[in-house]
Amino acid sequence: MIKKITCIECPQGCALSVDIENCRVVKVAGEKCPKGKDYAISEVENPQRILTSAVIGVGLSLKMIPVRTDKPIPKERILEAAGEIRKIKVARAVKSGEIIATNILGLRVNLIVTRDCS
Amino acid sequence: MCEKDLVIVGAGPAGMAAAISAYESGVRDILLLERDQYLGGILNQCIHTGFGLTYFKENLTGPEYAHRFIKKINAIKEIEVSLKSFAVHLTNENVLTYIKPGALEKIKAKAVIMATGARERTREMVHIPGTRPAGIFSAGLAQKLINIEGLLPGREVVIIGSGDIGLIMARRFILEGAKVKAVIEIQKQSRGLTRNVVQCVEDFGVPFYLSHRIAKIHGKNRVEKVDVVRVDEHLHEVADSMFSIECDTVLISVGLIPENELIEMAGAVIDKKTNTPVAQEINKTSIPGLFVCGNSFKIYDLVDSVSKDSIHAGYQAAEYIRGLG
Amino acid sequence: MKSVPVFDVLVIGAGVVGAAIARELSRYKLSIAVLEKEEEPAFGVSKSNSGIIHPGTQNPAGSLKGRLCLEGNILIREISRELGLDFKEAGELIVAFTQDEIQRLLTIKSEAETLGVPGLKIVDMAWLRENEPNLNPEAIAALYAPSAGVISPYRLVYALCENALKNGAEFYTQTKVENIIFTKPGFEIQTSKGMFKARYVINAAGLYADETSAMVGINDFRIAPRKGQEFILDNKKENLTNHLIFPLPSKVSKGILVIKTADGNPMIGPTAEEVEDKEDFSTTEEGLKKVFEGARKLVPSISQDDIIAYFSGLRPASGDDFIIRYEDKAPGFINVAGIQSPGLTAAPAIAKMVCGILREKGLQLEKKEDFICEREKPIHLFNISLSETEKLIKQDAGYGDIVCRCEMVSAKEVQDAITAGARTMDGIKFRTRAQSGRCHGSFCTTRLMKILSEKTKTPLTAITKSGKGSEIVKGERVSL
Repeated sequence: MIKKITCIECPQGCALSVDIENCRVVKVAGEKCPKGKDYAISEVENPQRILTSAVIGVGLSLKMIPVRTDKPIPKERILEAAGEIRKIKVARAVKSGEIIATNILGLRVNLIVTRDCS
Repeated sequence: MCEKDLVIVGAGPAGMAAAISAYESGVRDILLLERDQYLGGILNQCIHTGFGLTYFKENLTGPEYAHRFIKKINAIKEIEVSLKSFAVHLTNENVLTYIKPGALEKIKAKAVIMATGARERTREMVHIPGTRPAGIFSAGLAQKLINIEGLLPGREVVIIGSGDIGLIMARRFILEGAKVKAVIEIQKQSRGLTRNVVQCVEDFGVPFYLSHRIAKIHGKNRVEKVDVVRVDEHLHEVADSMFSIECDTVLISVGLIPENELIEMAGAVIDKKTNTPVAQEINKTSIPGLFVCGNSFKIYDLVDSVSKDSIHAGYQAAEYIRGLG
Repeated sequence: MKSVPVFDVLVIGAGVVGAAIARELSRYKLSIAVLEKEEEPAFGVSKSNSGIIHPGTQNPAGSLKGRLCLEGNILIREISRELGLDFKEAGELIVAFTQDEIQRLLTIKSEAETLGVPGLKIVDMAWLRENEPNLNPEAIAALYAPSAGVISPYRLVYALCENALKNGAEFYTQTKVENIIFTKPGFEIQTSKGMFKARYVINAAGLYADETSAMVGINDFRIAPRKGQEFILDNKKENLTNHLIFPLPSKVSKGILVIKTADGNPMIGPTAEEVEDKEDFSTTEEGLKKVFEGARKLVPSISQDDIIAYFSGLRPASGDDFIIRYEDKAPGFINVAGIQSPGLTAAPAIAKMVCGILREKGLQLEKKEDFICEREKPIHLFNISLSETEKLIKQDAGYGDIVCRCEMVSAKEVQDAITAGARTMDGIKFRTRAQSGRCHGSFCTTRLMKILSEKTKTPLTAITKSGKGSEIVKGERVSL
């Protein structure tokens, strides 16, 4: 089966044509750089996304503290993870890069703050 | 009246990059004005990733990208930062007036860099007919409400236009538990970056209507539904193509307009169509010593390019000041 | 059962007519109640008024509205001085393009002169080039009426209400009249907020005046809403024209105008469309097209890119003239209905006329010695100089805390508006202009919501655009 996808590794947006057999990529065409092939394989075989959101700050200078996962998580777990993150509250000063929750949904991925907040 | 070598208006990515670069090019008397209570500008509400891929070769969020510049600004004591400061007047001799709580200040600068960013085009500018109930937001306002204020603007959302902020907000609403019922784009192609179409719309199965437009917004107190029509290649309505989508919220994401009202007030020549300064060279205006950088000079797709060009603006201003002797 | 107080006079409707009547009545030793179904005054017909103070031209000879318009044009100047409002005497031009049209101008001129409109003159092409350079060069003459002016319609209503309130009138908002029972003498008024009693009732219910009148059995008129779509231009275009520009009138309306406003933004419109629905406030593509064609015929340089906002209003029309009368079939009930254009201009004169009717029908009007006729002028940074702004900021730091960037509105002005009675985002907009500029509130909405929430102790999720059902947001992350 041939699947058409657009590479999103850079703003060039190469139109890739990916040959898939039994859920595995056997051939990629249309990429202008090696990132295209890696992207096609990951996107077809195991699509992953960095999840960004915000958590509530209690008694802090910011009401909402922006956060992200430190590693990508499987695409199909995104909504579930977003629901978990909505329950988190932070009541202490935090620095950008600091971990505020570990092992989200057991995926061995941590949640880090992306903005200083006192 | 105070005097300064360089005044920079706006401490978003453009203003911060320009300030740092002006310092690095030898300017030692710099005032950086910011109307918000924080440095960083609009990056603070852009909590998604996708920033810094070319400039830092890393995939950063908006606040992380801003943080790298904020750290530098705070480390340079020759850059005086004035927060909650609102520029209200500018003359063609670079006399700038600004207001902050408790004071009105007037400053004569050798050079001024305006890094005032852009505003979003509104529903009114694209002439969408219908009523004017609650529930109509620019995409950027919705982003601020969710990411900064922790407020959810709506539960059933239709997004008009496929600009990047609109696409990003489609995903953001979904992650907050709301339903995005459609993205409507009048052109044949998305206006936003492909990665945003893939990761914000396709990932979540949001219906994406290209070559469609909103014919009418309905609702008395709150948005109730929108009428949508298909358009042909001349953007004319296709007969009998109308259908309705029930929703409580309409997001408008139909592009940005550079904010250049102050340089216009100063008498700089402005292109009426694009609201940008008319100039021979990047970052320049028709007034000597008055520079414009970032989204107020032209609308950029990527903040990385804003940083690069604004660094050049800082250098240009330093050269200009040096030339005055 | 708790006893209900009996008001001397109860006014239904807090639009410009109801507000003017309440203020006029508050000069006398009377107990007065004003009932308004909306969250704030001026949220009905008055909020979509263009703010023109008409000179009195273009009214049928011998009409009630002609006489009241002329009288109101004079009274409004005094009210503006007393209540700290900005009235600008801009003057108006009714423009002719052909010799036949000049004949019609002469007819309008002589009718208006009979009525007593002052200072009218026919001006020629040379005068127009000199004094109105952006006018279509094909215009060959115009009727100049110097006494025409502009005022902010909502700030007029708020000033009248605030002054009436200060002089003892009681205002009940979100209070919808559901039924009126004639108790011979007097009335029981049943509302969404309970029962009121009054000796005299004045029906200034605007679009709903017919339904309100029918409650006491008077149903010989019908309000037929006539929609007007208006388009507001960027205030960069403030000097597009020097006068109010009118075409020659048609039978149903004064036509598509180019309007100067008290706030600077020019406005073009309105359309005149008969509609059935009293809540149809939608704008249409056809409306935009029609208004543009009309406006560009007068001022060809107007561009669609100049539009920053648009809205529809409904004129509460009923026949050709105002209906202002004491109803003998329901003694004590006065109808003030069908107050379409020039209703805003006429409102102060209508108020005096209503007082006259009440006096004639036996209500004792005894002047209060302590009537306060003046109101402190609210401060708006957008219409004062930077040096005055500097002084104010020194007195109160809040004037230096700019909330709305497009119209330069400070946090202090917003707080003052809330103190004066604003309870909604529209109420703040009408009083201060915050959200009414080119970015349309994208920048200031969150800050305004927070100020309103803090000052009125209302949760952010309960802040509305214009009253219940128009909440701005649907939910909040809470830190419980």
